[in-house]
Amino acid sequence: MTHLLELDDVSVTYVTAGGDVPAVRGVSLSVAAGEVVGVAGESGCGKSTVAATILRLQPPSARVTGRVLFEGEDVQTMKWGALRALRWAGASMVFQGALHSLNPVQRVGAQISEPIRLHEPDLSDKKVETRVGELLEQVGLPRQRARAYPHQLSGGQRQRVMIAMALACRPRLIVADEPTTALDVMVQAQVLHVLQGLVSDLDVGLLMISHDLSVLADLCDRIAVMYAGRVVEHGPADKVFADPLHPYAGALSASFPRIGDVAARYAPAGLPGDPPDPAELPSGCSFHPRCPKRFDDCDKVAPELRSDGTSRAAACLLVEPR
Amino acid sequence: MSTASATRESARALARDRRRQAWSRNWRTFRSHRSGLIGLAILTGFAVVAVLAPLIAPAEGLEVTKATGGVLEPPSSEYWLGTDDKGRSVLTLLIWGARISLFVGLAATVISMVIGTLIGLTSGYFGGWAGAILFRVTEWFLVIPFLPLAIVMATVLGRSLLNIVIVIGVTSWPGTALLIRAQTLTIRERPYLERARVLGAGPSHQIRRHILPNVMPMVFANTTLTVAVAILTETTLSFLGLGDPTRVSWGSMLDDAFSVGAITTGAWWFIVPPGVCVVLVVLSFTLVGQALEEVLNPRLGAGR
Amino acid sequence: MTILGRADYGRGGESQEDNLDSASSGRHGTYGRYLLGRCLGSLGSLAFMLLLSFFLFRVLPGDPARTLGRGRFTTPEQLDEFKRTYGLDQPLPQQFLTFLQNTLSGDLGISLRYRVPVSDLILDRMWPTILLVGTSTILAGAIGIWLGVRGAWERGSKFDKVSTGGSLTLYSMPEWWLGLLFIAVFAVGWGPIPGLFPTGGLHSIDAEPGTISGVLDTIWHLFLPVLTLTLAYLADYALIMRSSLLDELGEDYLTTARAKGLRDVQVRNRHAVRNALLPTTTVVALSLGFVVTGAITIETVFSIPGLGLLATEALTVPDYWVLQGTFLVASFAVILANLAANLVYGLLDPRVRT
Repeated sequence: MTHLLELDDVSVTYVTAGGDVPAVRGVSLSVAAGEVVGVAGESGCGKSTVAATILRLQPPSARVTGRVLFEGEDVQTMKWGALRALRWAGASMVFQGALHSLNPVQRVGAQISEPIRLHEPDLSDKKVETRVGELLEQVGLPRQRARAYPHQLSGGQRQRVMIAMALACRPRLIVADEPTTALDVMVQAQVLHVLQGLVSDLDVGLLMISHDLSVLADLCDRIAVMYAGRVVEHGPADKVFADPLHPYAGALSASFPRIGDVAARYAPAGLPGDPPDPAELPSGCSFHPRCPKRFDDCDKVAPELRSDGTSRAAACLLVEPR
Repeated sequence: MSTASATRESARALARDRRRQAWSRNWRTFRSHRSGLIGLAILTGFAVVAVLAPLIAPAEGLEVTKATGGVLEPPSSEYWLGTDDKGRSVLTLLIWGARISLFVGLAATVISMVIGTLIGLTSGYFGGWAGAILFRVTEWFLVIPFLPLAIVMATVLGRSLLNIVIVIGVTSWPGTALLIRAQTLTIRERPYLERARVLGAGPSHQIRRHILPNVMPMVFANTTLTVAVAILTETTLSFLGLGDPTRVSWGSMLDDAFSVGAITTGAWWFIVPPGVCVVLVVLSFTLVGQALEEVLNPRLGAGR
Repeated sequence: MTILGRADYGRGGESQEDNLDSASSGRHGTYGRYLLGRCLGSLGSLAFMLLLSFFLFRVLPGDPARTLGRGRFTTPEQLDEFKRTYGLDQPLPQQFLTFLQNTLSGDLGISLRYRVPVSDLILDRMWPTILLVGTSTILAGAIGIWLGVRGAWERGSKFDKVSTGGSLTLYSMPEWWLGLLFIAVFAVGWGPIPGLFPTGGLHSIDAEPGTISGVLDTIWHLFLPVLTLTLAYLADYALIMRSSLLDELGEDYLTTARAKGLRDVQVRNRHAVRNALLPTTTVVALSLGFVVTGAITIETVFSIPGLGLLATEALTVPDYWVLQGTFLVASFAVILANLAANLVYGLLDPRVRT
């Protein structure tokens, strides 16, 4: 089967005055139609950068290698016209921090209708308006909210608006980058519920990015765990969460951060130290300075992502193929 | 007892060390701003000339009765920039004019900074009714049309250097006050200030030890920009004949040039050099101020 | 009073946000309140200006009659007569009341030089100033904003460097000095360049007002002053537009717009520029308030009979009541422009009124 989205050995390097900074190093990942795939990891592990490459939204200073295929076509090399047509109509995004991702001085209705008018210019004003109303109701907001400005909405409402906006052009893929961060527990659960319901109703692919492994485990079919720009573990969601192979995935899983605990995002419990600076990565396995199970070879050999013989894979010297 | 004083001593040394490090770091960043460096070099040049004026160009060159040149002579080997309508060397006037321009600019800025910082800090730190009233007063002063005010004050109080300094100082502080108020408001909410409050630090301690050191860099960058505006204002006021009639400034030179018709007679050497000096000095202060702002304001530095 | 009003609707906004599904009603009411608050604030500024004006002209001089009649009166009787005429023999509070009453009813005194009511003089001299400053502001606004947008969008390009450098230089230049240079080069003529424009004035002696040739004559006279003032204002606007657009460019909502499939130009014009225009609009509106201030030097240099020239002429006499009148008008213009800027901002930016 052809995948909706396929990342093939994607690397992203930021070219700066102080030298090249590798943010993503050889990530391969795929999402099929109707599938929910999660990417987990701490802040700065490169997961948002991966998300940006899917619609070629990375900053100009970023150099991307490898292939980002959407329905078989390489997003990174396609013509601008084709790319613009793909953006939002093929794949749309729910950004983290809806307060800043929405234009502060436009009514949310206008912002939801903007991509509709852009991609379906023949639609009458009346129909656009109806669609906006339907979209808002789909995410559990009253139609009249279309007239509100972002600052007049609560955090949860704004995030719902973002989701309604992402659905506006009936995309085949939605990329959700930390859609529930900065929301409190109850609201977070509500927003996740909305998202989950929509995915199963509309049969779209969803790539969900979060620092919170427990959230992903609930929602996703498969999970990839990223550390320092690499995928270090990959497998079915329940298995990765319940019985992680890689010590880092283990630490993320064990931390089991309570939903909404912002501090946990920066320092998962039981894991000392900070993620490495991408400009100065440790030798060998990048995780070895923080790894509770490290041994002699860990600072010399950089392990590849290896299958354990089942549907799972991990990049750790301790993982033996079964 | 001795250990306590030793600790205090070492803490002080630590603070001094950190300050020195911050300075050298800032200087390194500043050096990477080419326009700021050029501005600094030009300013240094003007400052040296202003300080050494009596040595470079003897003061008697300013006296009309001792003038040796002809009326509006074009530049020559004797008078590099020609002479004015009274036979004085334009170059001499220019050199002495630098003193007045720089003095008025700096003095007015000091007044503006003191008032602005005081009012900005108080209205930002204390808030409540007092803060609100001070904020209102700041807004009122912000809308005073300063040139008409300067004209009125010069008429009412007479023409003197001090009046010019006062007029500029009194009308230019509100911008500074608003800036500092905004800064104080954000700093007041930071955790370390809350900690200081919990530990029993009084308002004066909080302001002196925590708020002022954080606000000062902004004040510093703003100062440089204010000097530029003050010098421009002084030139304009002198040009309108509101300056001190007993002293030569770039503005009063241009006033003379305008009223004796240097424009129609084509005596460009009497019109162009004073104006170029004003532009150079004001532009330099602006460039240095911008560079400082970028060095000292982390938000700008990171964002651009 | 105003302060209370403002705090009040700050709270209104919060409660609206907390209330999850309440329809967003009463937004027009909020703008009404914002309007009221701003108007009250302007009234406060007006009161302050009147007080300041009174202080400047009646309290600060010590004995206003002496300053006023400098060299004009020979006998003490004449001085007393003068004082009685202007009510300067009354106690200060009484004087203040009279001053308020007169000023608010439009009576600004009689010009010592022209022997006509100051209010008539001001009305008469207002139009050249409005024409000069209005035209320059509109031109400078349009060109300056264009320069600023292009400079910020192509940040670091040759265009940006030249326009920013030019703006900074113009910003550092006394505008009247630029005017002097223009007169020397384009009106008097310099080297091979012939004098193309008049050195000053608003129209030729033989021009007939109201005819087409009369209008053309005025345009010809105003060309250099308008050019000078336009260049002076333009620098401000270009720099402000550039820096506020640069501020916007880092914002996340532009990424959203790009992700939606908008072209670069659409992202720029529909989102970034529109939002960056907010602060610039305010600055342009505010600078309109400094109409008299801006006109003073340029009108002096080009001898245009407007409010600015009226003020500098009054300075030499000195014509006290004319000075006071122009000061009041200048302040009033600033307050009015301030109010206008706030109201426009309130209309354009929904954040300030909620």
